Amino acid sequence: MANGFEVTIPLTENLDHWPFVIACYAIGIAGTLAMAGWSWLSMRRAEKRRDAIRGRK
Amino acid sequence: MHGFANPARFLRIARWLTPLLLVSGLLIAGAALAYGLLLAPADRLMGDTVRIMYIHVPAAWLGMGGWTTIAIASLVELVWRHPLASIAARAAAVPGAVFTAICLVTGSIWGRPTWGTWWVWDGRLTSMLVLLLLYFAYIALAGAAQKDMAAGTGGSRVTAIFGLLGAVNVPIINRSVVWWNSLHQPPSITMGQSAIDPAFLWPLLAATLGFSLLFGGVVLARMRALLADIQAEARLRRKAVSAEIGAEFRADQGADILSVSSDRL
Repeated sequence: MANGFEVTIPLTENLDHWPFVIACYAIGIAGTLAMAGWSWLSMRRAEKRRDAIRGRK
Repeated sequence: MHGFANPARFLRIARWLTPLLLVSGLLIAGAALAYGLLLAPADRLMGDTVRIMYIHVPAAWLGMGGWTTIAIASLVELVWRHPLASIAARAAAVPGAVFTAICLVTGSIWGRPTWGTWWVWDGRLTSMLVLLLLYFAYIALAGAAQKDMAAGTGGSRVTAIFGLLGAVNVPIINRSVVWWNSLHQPPSITMGQSAIDPAFLWPLLAATLGFSLLFGGVVLARMRALLADIQAEARLRRKAVSAEIGAEFRADQGADILSVSSDRL
């Protein structure tokens, strides 16, 4: 209390939360989709190679 | 369990289970994340940053779940010599590492508005970083072991032992917020109990289910890829050996013909 006015000091920064939320969703979704897509494609490639070797005389 | 040791039987099941897990995982995780981002309420203290929980928490659980899978598969490999166990352990390493990395990055981003810092060297964050480094070491070791196996000079036993030893870190991560003072909150969900309001809990459980199905689908896809590589290499080796034997046989026949004709001369 100074000169009859109450001074309040904010304990937290007043940051906008949404950029942090969007960044997390973008990283999480992109990482998961990239991993799933890469696993699927590398599986298809490996199975095609095996089948080609099996079919080769 | 030994019934599934047969790679042919495993492939028969994995062929329809892999796309089913991947598609259902994508749909459930996508719906849960959309709900968490757009419809779930903001928290009284954390505000909108609580929405990060629907990505961060499933990623943390699957990061630890990945290493638990590696440890169980390594134990099965060492004790029962299950032919698919080492393949399952290797297949779980990459998705486990990806989810651990997602957990660390999203946790760091979440820490900035709530704790006022991107990173602290406390028990939870440090043990999670150690888990990521263990994953990198495991992936490198498994790759080297496979080269040794192909050359006929080694096996995957060292990798399996490393997988078992690394599992010590999983209970440390789990108990770190109880054992040491930390900025990280203590566990909100324990066995059968939850301190989370149902409005936050249900989307969290749905996101965890969706990401777990995706994790299962990725592990199966990677197991199929590793099996196909092994089968292709084995067939190429057999062909090379039979071609070598054929060449030796023809060379022997040629030598015999030469010796017979020289005798006649």
